[in-house]
Amino acid sequence: MKNRLVAAGLVLSLVLAGGASFYASSQPDGLEKVAGDVGFLDSAQESAVEDSPLAGYGVAGVENERISNGLAGVVGVVSTAAISFGLFYALRRFKKDQP
Amino acid sequence: MHIPDGFIDIPTSAAFAALSAVGVAASLKGAARSLDEKTAPLAGLTATFIFAVQMLNFPVAAGTSGHLLGGALAAILVGPYVATLSLTVVLLMQALLFADGGLSAAGLNIFNMSLLGVWFGYGAFLLAKKILPKNKVSITAAAAFAGLISVPAAALGFTLQYALGATATFSITTVLTAMVGTHILIGIGEAIITGLSVSAVMASRPDLVFGYRGAKKNLEIRQG
Repeated sequence: MKNRLVAAGLVLSLVLAGGASFYASSQPDGLEKVAGDVGFLDSAQESAVEDSPLAGYGVAGVENERISNGLAGVVGVVSTAAISFGLFYALRRFKKDQP
Repeated sequence: MHIPDGFIDIPTSAAFAALSAVGVAASLKGAARSLDEKTAPLAGLTATFIFAVQMLNFPVAAGTSGHLLGGALAAILVGPYVATLSLTVVLLMQALLFADGGLSAAGLNIFNMSLLGVWFGYGAFLLAKKILPKNKVSITAAAAFAGLISVPAAALGFTLQYALGATATFSITTVLTAMVGTHILIGIGEAIITGLSVSAVMASRPDLVFGYRGAKKNLEIRQG
């Protein structure tokens, strides 16, 4: 039963980011709303990676919004998992090497 | 809550990037001490799950949405040092891959969410755990309280950054009240998601929950 929790959690993450996220609210988030209400929203600049093929949680060139958003979510989950599992396993090994 | 480039000037952003770098470096050290065979996979899952749930904006009030920040959740599940690293990985992925949060603003965002959100959340959790009766239900309740506190804490971080280095000048008190007011509402959502997630892990693998294990560890007799 070793890592049933981790397996279930990863599947859930894929389902949430790849499927459910399509139904997320597209209203401005708290900071954006405050920036708009107070009046400093237009001081925002485009990110240097605004032209990235995944910018704004979509895949450039994919017309269908549900698929575009879902694919971006899956790519995000897989990449985050790769980096974070890699980092935490590496740190754990690093400890072992200590006297 | 992800600050885009441009809101805060470059000197202030650079100063917070330096502060965040110190915090992340300390967390790398702390995390290396606490991670083992059993906790490393949960730590990876925590970061991944937070990335996924951060995509799920929920409506909070007219024309406003919020999403999980996850600092309190991560701190309770895997401890504050690993939590800081988890949130930092998530924020960097979002900024680099999805243009969510500016690149020059990365230090600001890491400071607010990976440091303030995590440590205020963890502090609130410890405080609530101390007051509540010693049982599993209290862990869930304390987790929800921690989630509630962590969001306005991160919002205060932004207000501080705005006070120090806003590129547009509006009254600090206006920004403060708007930020804290809105983020208390989002904090309620954070409390619900944090409570549900912690109770799910408590139901299946309570032995892995840092905030619960910590409580039992104090009672253990240490061997020389």
